[in-house]
Order: sequence, then C-alpha cells, then structure tokens
Amino acid sequence: MIRAVMVMNTLGKLRLSKFYDFQPMEKQQELIRHVYAVLSSRPENVSNFVDAESIFGPDTRLVYKNLATLYFVFVFDSSENELAMLDLIQVFVETLDKCFRDVCELDIVFNYSKTQTILDEIISGGQLLETSSTEVMKTVEEITKLEAASSSSSSSLLPKSLVAWRQGQ
Amino acid sequence: MVGPSLMDSLFQRSLEDLIKGLRLHHIPTGGASGGGAESSTFMSKAVEEIRREIKSTDPQTKTTALQKLTYLHSLYAVDMSWAAFHSVELSSSTCFHSKRIAYLAASLSFNPSTTDVILLLTHQLRKDLNSANPHEVSLALQAIYSISTPDLARDLTPELFTLLNSNKNFIKKKAIATVLRIFELYPDAVRVCFKRLVENLENSDVGVVSAVVGVFCELASKEPRSYLPLAPEFYRILVDSRNNWVLIKVLKIFAKLAPLEPRLGKRVVEPICEHLRRTGAKSLAFECMRTIVTGLSEYESAVKLAVEKIREFLSEDDPNLKYLGLQALAIVAPKHIWAVLENKEVVIKSLSDDDVNSKLEALRLVMAMVSEDNVAEICRVLINYALKSDPEFCNEILGSILAACSRDYYEIIIDFDWYVSLLGEMSRIPHCQKGDEIENQLVDIAMRVRDVRSELVQVGRDLLIDPALLGNPFIHRILSAAAWLSGEYVEFSRNPVELMEALLQPRTSLLSPSIRAVYIQSAFKVLTFCVYSYFFPNEAIASSTSEVTDSVPKMELPETSDSVTAATVADTVPEDGFNPRSLHESSNGVSVDDSKNMMNNHGQASSVPLKKDKFTEESIITLVNFVETTLSPLLGTHEVEIQDRVKNVLGLIELIRQELPGSLVQNEGNNQKQELIAFEVIKLLNDAFSEELGPVSLNAQEMVPLPDGLELKENLSDLDAICGDFRIPVSASFSLGKAPLLEKDVISGFERQSEEDIVTLSESTSLLAEHRKRHGLYYLPSGEKEKVSNDYPPANDLSVRDKGDDGTEDLVKLAEQSLVLKKKSNQAKPRPVVVKLDDGDGIHLAAKKPVPKHDPISGAVRDVLFGNEDVASTSRNTKSDRSLSRRSGKDKASVLELKGDSTYVNSSEIGNTSSRRSKHHSHGKEKSSRSSRKGTSEHDQKDKAKSSNHHGRHKSRHRAAGAVSVVAQSPVIPDFLL
Repeated sequence: MIRAVMVMNTLGKLRLSKFYDFQPMEKQQELIRHVYAVLSSRPENVSNFVDAESIFGPDTRLVYKNLATLYFVFVFDSSENELAMLDLIQVFVETLDKCFRDVCELDIVFNYSKTQTILDEIISGGQLLETSSTEVMKTVEEITKLEAASSSSSSSLLPKSLVAWRQGQ
Repeated sequence: MVGPSLMDSLFQRSLEDLIKGLRLHHIPTGGASGGGAESSTFMSKAVEEIRREIKSTDPQTKTTALQKLTYLHSLYAVDMSWAAFHSVELSSSTCFHSKRIAYLAASLSFNPSTTDVILLLTHQLRKDLNSANPHEVSLALQAIYSISTPDLARDLTPELFTLLNSNKNFIKKKAIATVLRIFELYPDAVRVCFKRLVENLENSDVGVVSAVVGVFCELASKEPRSYLPLAPEFYRILVDSRNNWVLIKVLKIFAKLAPLEPRLGKRVVEPICEHLRRTGAKSLAFECMRTIVTGLSEYESAVKLAVEKIREFLSEDDPNLKYLGLQALAIVAPKHIWAVLENKEVVIKSLSDDDVNSKLEALRLVMAMVSEDNVAEICRVLINYALKSDPEFCNEILGSILAACSRDYYEIIIDFDWYVSLLGEMSRIPHCQKGDEIENQLVDIAMRVRDVRSELVQVGRDLLIDPALLGNPFIHRILSAAAWLSGEYVEFSRNPVELMEALLQPRTSLLSPSIRAVYIQSAFKVLTFCVYSYFFPNEAIASSTSEVTDSVPKMELPETSDSVTAATVADTVPEDGFNPRSLHESSNGVSVDDSKNMMNNHGQASSVPLKKDKFTEESIITLVNFVETTLSPLLGTHEVEIQDRVKNVLGLIELIRQELPGSLVQNEGNNQKQELIAFEVIKLLNDAFSEELGPVSLNAQEMVPLPDGLELKENLSDLDAICGDFRIPVSASFSLGKAPLLEKDVISGFERQSEEDIVTLSESTSLLAEHRKRHGLYYLPSGEKEKVSNDYPPANDLSVRDKGDDGTEDLVKLAEQSLVLKKKSNQAKPRPVVVKLDDGDGIHLAAKKPVPKHDPISGAVRDVLFGNEDVASTSRNTKSDRSLSRRSGKDKASVLELKGDSTYVNSSEIGNTSSRRSKHHSHGKEKSSRSSRKGTSEHDQKDKAKSSNHHGRHKSRHRAAGAVSVVAQSPVIPDFLL
C-alpha cells in the first residue's frame, strides 16, 4: 500500500501531507523533517528512489520527484512497484496541472482543500484507485459544483448582497 | 440583537486570508524549524480567533473556522484534538461543503485509539453510506478508512457489504479499498464480504478489478497460503488483462503464491515471460523480472531471460533503471551468482556512482561475489574505493568487508596473515570508524587461529609504535586490542623492549582509562616475560619456540647460547647457564638472523635485530628503570583500574629489584637462585601468562556440571525474612556485585536497632552466618579469605578441563589437530585451523526461529474458502442479528439486504459450498473446455441466471443442493493445476 504522500518545497516548507497509517502529529513532523534532510542532500541527476527504511521502518520505499520548487514524495511498501509510483506522481502532477492550468507552488498553497480532493480521488486508504487524470478531473469538477451549490443555498441567514460580497472577496 | 456570531460571520477571515497572513509573517511549516516570537503571536492569535468562530451557530462560519484549523493542523502542526466534536457536528450538515470539510478534518486529525467522539459518528457515517449522492458516500468511505475503530468496523460491515455491489463503479472501488481496513480491524467481516470481493475479480470495469487485485495483493503479502485457492482467478487476469497497473499487482500476488505451490509456478512462468518479452512499459518489465527472480528462480530459462533484461536496465542512462537493475541483481545473487559475475564491470563501476543508493547496492553485490579465490583481489579494490570516498560510504565499505570476511568463522579466508595485515591497514584509513569490529576480530582471530599469532603481534606492534594513531579516538579500541595481543603473545615479539616503549609512550595519556589499563596490564606481561627470559633463558626460549610455528629457533638454541657464552661483554659476568646476552651483540650469528627471516616471512623486514632472548643485566635494568619512572607518576591517578595495574607492575619491580644487584654475588651458586622467591614468582607469573586463552563456547556455562551441594533453585526467601525485619529493600536477585552491599546494609540495620532487641539480632546474625555457610558462593570473600581467591584456578586450567567439560575437551582436541596438521605440510601453506565451537553459536541462532503469527484475517479467509466454518461464525451471526434488531424498520431496503446477509451467514456451510461452486461456474464459463468438471454446472447456470441482487434468497434455496456436495472437498486448486 501507499503509506504517505507529501509535497514540500525545496526549502523544506510543507505544502501537503497525508499519512495513510495513523501517525501522531509529532511523529509526522519528525518524518517530514527526515525526508527533507535526505532529499535536500541528494545531488541532481540521480535516481528518484531513496532507501526509506531508516526513516519509515522495514519494508518501506520512497520515491520523489523534484519539479520546479516542489518535491513530490510518495512512501510505499513492497506491494507497490517503484516505477509505477513514479508514474503515479506524474499522474498527480498532471491532474494538478489540468486543474490549475500550469500549476505552480502558489496554486497548491492557496488551494489546499482542492489539492486534498484530487489526491483523495487518486488514492483512497493507501490504495491506488484512479490513474486517469481526466477521470479525476471529472470527479473533482462535480464536487466543486456540488460545493458551490450547497454553500450558496445554505447561508440564507445573511442578506444576499452580503453573501455575494463575501464570496467575491 | 444579532450578537457576536453575525459579526464574526461578516468579518471572518477566510482560509485564503489566513494563508496570506501566514506568508506575510514567514511562518515555517511544521516540518521546518525556526520562526520567531512575532510569528508565534500571529499563530496564537489565529488559533484564538478560530476557537471563537468555531462556536458560532452559523454553519458557514463554523465550516470556515474548521477548515482553517485543519489547514493549520495539517501543515503547521497546530493541535486540534479539542475540536473533534465540532467535526462530528458539522458532518451531519446538509451542506455538502460543510460535510466535506468535517470529514476531511476528521480523517486528518482523529486518532482512532484516543479520539472518543468517533463512536458518535457511527450513525452519520451509516446514513452517508446509504446516501443517494455518490459523493457523500465517497466522503464517508474515505473517512472510515482513516478513523475506523474495531467497533465502527463491526457496525458498518453490513453497509460496506451492500456497497461492494454498488452499481456505480466509482463507489465500488472506494468500498473495496475501505473493506481492506475493515478486515484488519474486524476479521469477522471477512466471512460476510469476502465472497463479494472475489466476485468483483470478474468485473468488466478495469478500475474495479484493479482495486480488488490491490486488496488481494495486500492480503496475500501477509499470509499468502490462504489465497492459493484463488489462483485460477488471478491466472485468468494475468493472461487476459492488458492493464499494466492490474498486471503489476497480479504479478506481486504470484510472486508470493508460486513458492508455495510448485505446480502453480510451472503454470505461470510462461505467461510472465511472455509479458516480459512483449511489454514496452518498464514498470511492468521490472515487475516481471522481480517476480521471476523471487518466486520462480528455479526456472532456468526464465531466469536467463530476466537477467538479460536486467542487463538492459543496467546499460540504460536513466539512473532509476540502473538502480532498480542493481536491486534486481541483488535478489538474484544468492541463487544465481553467475548473473552478478556476468555484470561485474557495471557493478564495480557503480561503486563510484553519484547516487548513494546505487553505490550501496553495488557494494552489496560486490560482497555477494566474494569467494575464497577472489577475496584478496576484491578487498584490494574496495579499500582503494574506501580511501577515495566520503567517510560514510568508506565505513560502509569497511563494514561490509569485515562482515563478509568474518562470516562463518572466517570461512573464506585462507591466508590469515594477509587478512590480519588488511585489518591493520584498515585501521590506518583516516575515516575508519569500525574500531569495535576490528578490535573484536583481532582478538577473536588471535584466539581461534594459532598460526597467525606472530603476524598479529607484528601488526599490533606497527599500530602501537605509531604515536600519530593515538590521536584518533575512533581507533582507540583497535589499539586496545593491539596492546592486549602484544601482551598476551609477547613471546612472538621480535623486540619486547621496543614494545614496552610503545606501550608506555607519553601519548597514551590520550587513551580512555579502561584502554590505558589494558596497556599497562600488557606492559606487565611484557615485563614478566623479559625478566623471565633473563632469569631462565633456556626455558624462555623453549617455551616461546614451542609456540612458534617453525621449529628453527629451537634447533639453533644450543648454538646461540654457545656463541653467547663465548662472548664476553662489558661488565657482565659470563656464566654457563645464566646466559646474559648483549644488546649490542650484532655479531651474534647468522643463525639468529636466519631464524628471524624464517619468522618474518610475511611481515615487513624489521631493521631492529632480534633481541628477544638476549637480555643483559644492563638492558634489563634499563628496562626496569624505564618502566618504573614512567609508571610511578600514575600511582596518584584517580582511575582505579589504572592505579591497580600500576601497583601490580611496581610491586613486581620491587620484587625483582632485590635480585638484580644480587645477581652478581649469586653468580657462582646459580643453582641456588631457583630457591629465591623472586624467581619463583616470575616463573609463576610467566606460567600463568603463557597459559593459553581459548574461545569460549556460548553455552559453556550450561556444560559445567552442577557441584554437589549447590542449590540454585532453592528459595532464598529466608534471607528476605531476615532483611524484612529491618525493612531494608532487598532485591530478590543475587549478583556478585550486590551481595556485599546487602551485607553491609544488613549490618547497618543491626546498628540502628541493636539496643532494643539484642536477642533477635544475635539470632539473625547467626542465621546470616548460617546462610553464608550454605551459600558461600554468593558472597564475596571477606578479608581473611583473600589468599584463597588468589588461588582461583585460571580460566583454562587443565585440572578444570579434566572434570569432563566436553566443550573444552573438544577444543583441546582441535588444538592438537591443528598441531598435527602443521607438521604435515609446511610448504604449501594450507589454511590454518580455525577453532570453532560448533556446538556453540548454532543452537542459539536456531532457537530464535520466529513463531508463525496467527493472522485472524487469513484464518477467516481460509474458513470461507475451505469451509471450516466454526463457532466464530455463529457468534458473529448473533451479533449481526443484534445489529439488525437495533435498527428499526426505517430504511427497508437495507434491512432486506441485511436479512440476505444473515441468511448467508446462517447457512454458512452452504454458503461455502456455493462460494466454491460459484468459483466453479466462473471457471466453467471461462474455460469449460479446458477443465473437466463434474456435474454441478446445472445449478451453477441457474445461479448465474438469478443475478446477485437477490443474493440472500438464492442462497437459501440452495441449501439442499449444497449440503450434498459438501462431502468431497479437500484442497481447492488441483482442478486448475492438473
């Protein structure tokens, strides 16, 4: 299964993290720090795989991809194929790219919950569920529509103008 | 009055505002460190704000507050356990946005083992799982995965069972992924859901199949045997599927299953090779290779093909493929070392790769290639790499050399002289941090391999005399071993005086006290040896040469002594038998040099002439004086170990000093000197030191027969009773260290109470005395007994050996054999005997065999597949009934569904047979032409016609038919395999 997904920038700032086995917050912090320490020390043009057993325990591997200012990191165990995971990072990034049109770090910073939704559509409970970015986008758009519809109808307590004003912000 | 809630709503900061603020204040995320006071005030203000907003009655405000908090929690590690209830509250919102935020917050922050509000979610989750909106169902399924507890899993099993049959593949996939977690938490769910899971293997949607195969891959990785019966389904997917993601997972399953069932391997090896030949996807190709080399390594042609492909990977420029290629080679290596040898060049080249992982992998492969014939060559190459590389990798290299060479009692080492000098060389590598391991091996080899000792002493000397090495704390342990070797085997030393100077050089003050103590103890041994060979030259030589491999020195002995006696040197008085020898006697003779050369075959030629047994009075006095002046200042040290040993040495010096000036007087009557105490002591000491220390078997302790009267199992509570009188905390365990302390405590206890009850006191002292008499072994000897303790037999005393200690007897035998062997072949230089205590280490390793863990999931799976339905199912049955009755007739559909479910469990036996049969028909459909099936197909066709919607009913209708066919069911796979 996939154990964790992390997105952080090249300065070590965390942009997204999801652990599929419950980890207490302090442990998560520690793991993320270790991962960053390893990634930042790797030279360019080397393989995308890192021996993760010293960080995540036995039977774990880590694959990462450095795109622009971001590291995309997937941690998984022997039930997954290394190259397939590398492809999966590609799928994830492609989807983000479709969603935000030429995705950059800021898009991910300001669209935290949308990014989470995309990730949840690709991986659920540590299992890979969807590998087509088009399919994922379709679902994400449906969800966005649903959200928009529900949030505009529910806040009837406030005057219409105020709602519009707040949404316009 | 609108109240604060509206104000909050109007002026609430959105998540975006919060993020902007965070960026403005340069607040570091949880993973990074830093952040000043300003940022922390911003953060606490933000959290304060959220705390206020989250209490709002306006769902919109509440949602935004929760969203902000989740963001801060997930990226900035802000605690949000206090907000758990708010998530629960919002999850029931009719607004999809709020619900989504609530479930996201729950899945990111709830701790299944400590968050107690999770149970409150059960009802809401159930409702959402039954929702008509697929996205709501999906939210609930995702949440269940992260927050589920065993209770929740049990309560939601019926809903998941339903969803496994959902007509929306989008939902079905997620339900399948979630069911895996449910199985883990509540294994009884397997009995309910497993069959539907299996049915989904035949789904036409590739996404669904992918999800199911993924789940089976997880399950099979834990306990593969239970899933053997499903091999036919997996085989069909392997042959038919064109989706790489699915194929990869199926291959992973077969990698687990194939080793369990040889017939299965035979069946799948061809399709896998076919995929490997045909596929263009590297991921699939790699998985095929891995499957072949892990699970199908006995199929030569397949392995050949895989290795061919591995070589393609290795020749790629892509570092990823190269790394994976090396990894695959590492898997092949143990069984097919030829594959590694074929790719030797690439592997060696990868040692200087930029990528640390590739380097490590290459190193592992190089070590796998090591054998008797090439060990020297490989080590040479590796040491060169070690010298060039960074400290970390350098130590990796050294570590693997040490591990590979010491494996199985240095199995691959033929030339120990070479290996020992390699150890010396490793110690000198600047980055070397393997001091502990090298120390162990030096000492271990010295004890096990008799023939290498002279070379060891030589290596040790080279290390000891280099003052620069003392400056490197990483190799202090090695120096400690070197010092010990030089002391213990001083008879092999070519120049004990030089050794003494090395051991006592001023820079030894850099050593830690414990190591320094070893140095001084070794100096003690060297001194004893020197003085002994001065006093008893003949015996000294005899005793030393008897240990030396070649007998040359012995033969030349008379000659040497003759030449010495003939020479008159300065102020010494030449006397026959006394043999004082000159340090300066360079003209001593060719024979000595010869002997030196003989002994010096492998070490570098030393320019120092052999002076071992040529102590003049002058030289011995110089030596003694040197030792005394160097060590005396250490008498005042605070380190007990050092002080103790220094005292020993100085005591010895005092003793011999009385004899040294007197030796002039005593010359004529040299027969009398045997009577002198000093000689006696020196002789005793030397004998004690030249007694050989051998390796000790790990279970030697067990082989020591229990002495009469020693009662180890007797309860020592009587002592507790005594001590209990005085309320002194006594640890029940006895150790040598604790005994005196205890005694002291007891006595101080006496003192405290002595006035009041003298009677009890005397009583208990007498008890204590009696106890002491009976269990004297546990007590440290008191003052008067000290002399006795001096007489404690040395570790390897022969008299002890005679007591029937099998292990040591073997050892003696082995040692004798080694001597015999030596005599036989002197020229060819055979591998010296390595003393092994074969009964020792093996047993202990074997004892550690892991006990197979009982895996509840696979237990349940086996029950479902093989039909050993047991009591557990009935218990589960009542449970499900209860959960049924708990639910009112609110939602008819699900109750109906549940009823079906419980009939399924009720008629478990029949359920099983029909599950088996449903497999039959799945087969019948697929390849009825291939497999010859008996009878049952009629029923199956009928089943097939009734679609699974009316699940429960068709099951019960089946009861009769099922009962008949229960009979002949043993292993399930044979049909497929034969």
